[in-house]
Amino acid sequence: MEVKDANAALLSNFEVFKLLTDLKEQRKDSGKNKHSTGQQNLNTIMYETLKHLSKTPCSRQSPEIVKEFLTTMMPHKLTKAEKLQLLNHRPQTAVEIQLMVEESEERLSEEQIEELIQTVTDILPGDPEQEIATSADVVMDQAQ
Amino acid sequence: MFVAVEMVDTVRIPPWNFQRQLNDAIIEELNKKLANKVVYNVGLCICLYDITKLEDSYIFPGDGASHTKVHFRYVVFHPFLDEILVGKIKYCSQEGVYVTVGFFDDILIPPESLQQPAKFDEAEQVWVWEYETDEGAHDLYMDQGEEIRFRVTDEVFLDTSPTGPTAATVDAPQPGQSTAPPAEDSGQKKEAPYTLIGTISEPGLGLLSWWNS
Repeated sequence: MEVKDANAALLSNFEVFKLLTDLKEQRKDSGKNKHSTGQQNLNTIMYETLKHLSKTPCSRQSPEIVKEFLTTMMPHKLTKAEKLQLLNHRPQTAVEIQLMVEESEERLSEEQIEELIQTVTDILPGDPEQEIATSADVVMDQAQ
Repeated sequence: MFVAVEMVDTVRIPPWNFQRQLNDAIIEELNKKLANKVVYNVGLCICLYDITKLEDSYIFPGDGASHTKVHFRYVVFHPFLDEILVGKIKYCSQEGVYVTVGFFDDILIPPESLQQPAKFDEAEQVWVWEYETDEGAHDLYMDQGEEIRFRVTDEVFLDTSPTGPTAATVDAPQPGQSTAPPAEDSGQKKEAPYTLIGTISEPGLGLLSWWNS
């Protein structure tokens, strides 16, 4: 076996999530031979990876959302790796943005960081349970 | 977290699988060979991404199976340097905090990369961040099962291919990569073929509960 290119392309969590979900559907239809000993490794890794990814923001994304996100990110001049991390993690605070964007203090002003957080929150869908909790807090504060 | 890796390999299809579509048989063989396995200096293979090229299949004398050279791309878990990842704490030991992401377990955060000052609580076997505030020191425990955000600082690939029968010498201890307890008598320490070293010594890193207001 030969490795031609160990870094042919970076894959977003969403792409891997979609690939594994489609593969799971396909294998469900094929029936009997997925339980043979040879297929156990594939079953294990698929199950664990899907379990991990379903708890991340990528499970709520779609190809259109990813495309919209990347187009909106173009003027900010971030590197591929930075945009990938923002897409995978959906940061909500300035601290998280500083972790993912290198030298964010020099490259981005405070307003730009706020703008980035706003874009990320608007375009990438968040966890509906978390959002209910935070909006409940807001309602409580307003009621006081 | 994931990369697509281009590889080439010759896939052997035994005669009893000839009735299947060649593509399907090849996909199954490739997944059987690579899924959930670590390839040296590449990473942990997850599943096949796609087949880019299929060359002609040959049958060689003495073996009834067909051999086909396949060019394909495989999804591999291989976080890049300085990438931020979120995992769960598996357990703590003197060597540091062991983190898992479910499908991959061998992630270690050594004591010097923890939020300082940190101390190891022997009784509960957990690492503790002694967070100083104006009111005094808060002890923040790094408990098992807690979600933790960390940055990847290093990766270690070990060649775990079997050595010959004459290589009976004990290898020099690899720098803290083994996840087996040191009290193992059998002499064969299970070494992880792929280990990630991380850090949480930056604002925003560490347990998610520390930073959620």
